Amino acid sequence: MSGKDAPLLELSHVCKDFVRGGLLSRQRIRAVDDVSFRIESGRPEIFTIIGESGSGKSTLASMILKLAQPSSGSLRFMGGDLAGIHNRAARLRFMAQVQPIFQNPFEAFNPLKQLDHYLYMTAQRFTAAKDDAAAVQSADEALKKVGLSLSEVRGRYPHELSGGQLQRIAVARALIPSPQLIVADEPVSMVDASLRMSIVNLFKTLRDDLGISIIYITHDLATAYYISDRIIIMQQGKVVEAGDAKTVLANPQHPYSQQLKAAVLSP
Amino acid sequence: MSVPGGAGPVLKVSGLKAYYRTKHFGNDREVKAVDGVDFEVRRNEIYGLAGESSCGKTTLVKTIAAALKPPLEIVAGRVDFAFAPDILRMKSDELDKLRWRHLSYIVQGSMSVFNPVRRIRQSFIDFAFRHINKPRAEFDQQVEAHLARVQLDPSVLNAYPHELSGGMRQRATIALATICRPDFIIADEPTTALDVIVQKNVLDMIKQIQREMGSSVLLVTHDLGVHAHMADRLGIMYAGRIVEEGPAQQLFANPRHPYTAHLVASLPRIGDATVRKGLEGSPPNLAAPPSGCRFHPRCPLAMARCKTEAPAMAQLGSDHRVACFAVEAANP
Repeated sequence: MSGKDAPLLELSHVCKDFVRGGLLSRQRIRAVDDVSFRIESGRPEIFTIIGESGSGKSTLASMILKLAQPSSGSLRFMGGDLAGIHNRAARLRFMAQVQPIFQNPFEAFNPLKQLDHYLYMTAQRFTAAKDDAAAVQSADEALKKVGLSLSEVRGRYPHELSGGQLQRIAVARALIPSPQLIVADEPVSMVDASLRMSIVNLFKTLRDDLGISIIYITHDLATAYYISDRIIIMQQGKVVEAGDAKTVLANPQHPYSQQLKAAVLSP
Repeated sequence: MSVPGGAGPVLKVSGLKAYYRTKHFGNDREVKAVDGVDFEVRRNEIYGLAGESSCGKTTLVKTIAAALKPPLEIVAGRVDFAFAPDILRMKSDELDKLRWRHLSYIVQGSMSVFNPVRRIRQSFIDFAFRHINKPRAEFDQQVEAHLARVQLDPSVLNAYPHELSGGMRQRATIALATICRPDFIIADEPTTALDVIVQKNVLDMIKQIQREMGSSVLLVTHDLGVHAHMADRLGIMYAGRIVEEGPAQQLFANPRHPYTAHLVASLPRIGDATVRKGLEGSPPNLAAPPSGCRFHPRCPLAMARCKTEAPAMAQLGSDHRVACFAVEAANP
């Protein structure tokens, strides 16, 4: 991977096609169509991707996490092309830098597994923690960053905790390898209203205190306005509007963005 | 059956308690999902019921619809509809005649309402044909006219559920629930699975149909934005009880219960980036709810009394009720 001045993440003309149908009735569906943006390194920010279901935002997220390959275009993380990651060691190095948080905390964790084990496994895989004591320590440190402690979590199963607590644990797990970038796909849509803002505020803390950039994927314009620095609005795979979050959401220009804003229900 | 057109409420719930009771080899468990609920829904209004997951909203709705299955049991209280007094003690054949004709239901997952291997037309016949009591040709005409009301083409009748988009399917569900012009419609999270733009369309449609037919709607959702758009009156539920009730606009403008006040204050709004706070603590476990006022462990205004006594709903102005000792102390 090359120099320190390279942007943290740079997407140029990324497209993703899915093929549907058989040999004779083949149909190409372009899920992501020519998306380009960059997130600078050394300037942590919350970068929001807004769109309805089917707009390609989750496909884009899985390409950034290298869970899917682009059909064309390139994704570069700290100067290195993601397509160049082939072996296990390089993949682990990449995963330690870019961590995911998923939508439904009740589905992200195996109901039969104690929650602290996830943290230990992550610690042993990605950090220098060679023995159990070191893994326990790094799990505890990560939990403290999200306002929990290991004593609250040790030995507990997912059904014993609320959605908000589980989502905090998911964030703590993502923090263990000290990542540069977190990709959060609809992280608060399954969290209760009274707990939602504490998770959203946690993202702000990660950006301001730990210097982590966050790609926040959502369909909720109001929370996007609240935390984002920059946003892009996607419709059917294309970016229709991009820019400073407060400016774009206060005064959207594209008809689709205006439609989205008009549909926001607010007292 | 008498369907009085008077001024009385369409639905009156009094002192309702519904618990889930399980017995496993002496290991008895009781989950108090609905624990002392009183409220009324008036004619021709949309009553919004708001609350977080596992606060008992869906249990309350099931109880009101008399759709009880073990281990859910009615422990106390009664539910009276204007068209069906004491619905909880009615026999199942009486209930069958009532359902869909007078009391219908719009549910969350429109995919699970329609039988996936039958055309939409068949579902309409299954649900509504016997209630409408007309020859098949006239029935079909009525269904098509009604579909036009929710802006659906009659051709959807020949489609299978999976061939329709989520929004179309939810509109078909609304058409199905309203085809018999019921007096009372229960809508449980009707738009949760839909995209924002579609959600607004579907909500507007429910409201338009409600106003046209003069039905009453009990709208249950956790999304306060939806309530702000739809509800005439709003009840806020916390841990199996209603803690505040009043005209929706008033509740948003001047919430009195600390829980409502928090929910309203924490709503993010476009154009306002001031810091919003989450609520400390976690939602209560209904198998072992906190003593006294169930909100006291998370309440910023909690007093010593709140730990031992549960506040009753007290009238506050003509149409506004709240269950909170701190509010009572401030307004003797």
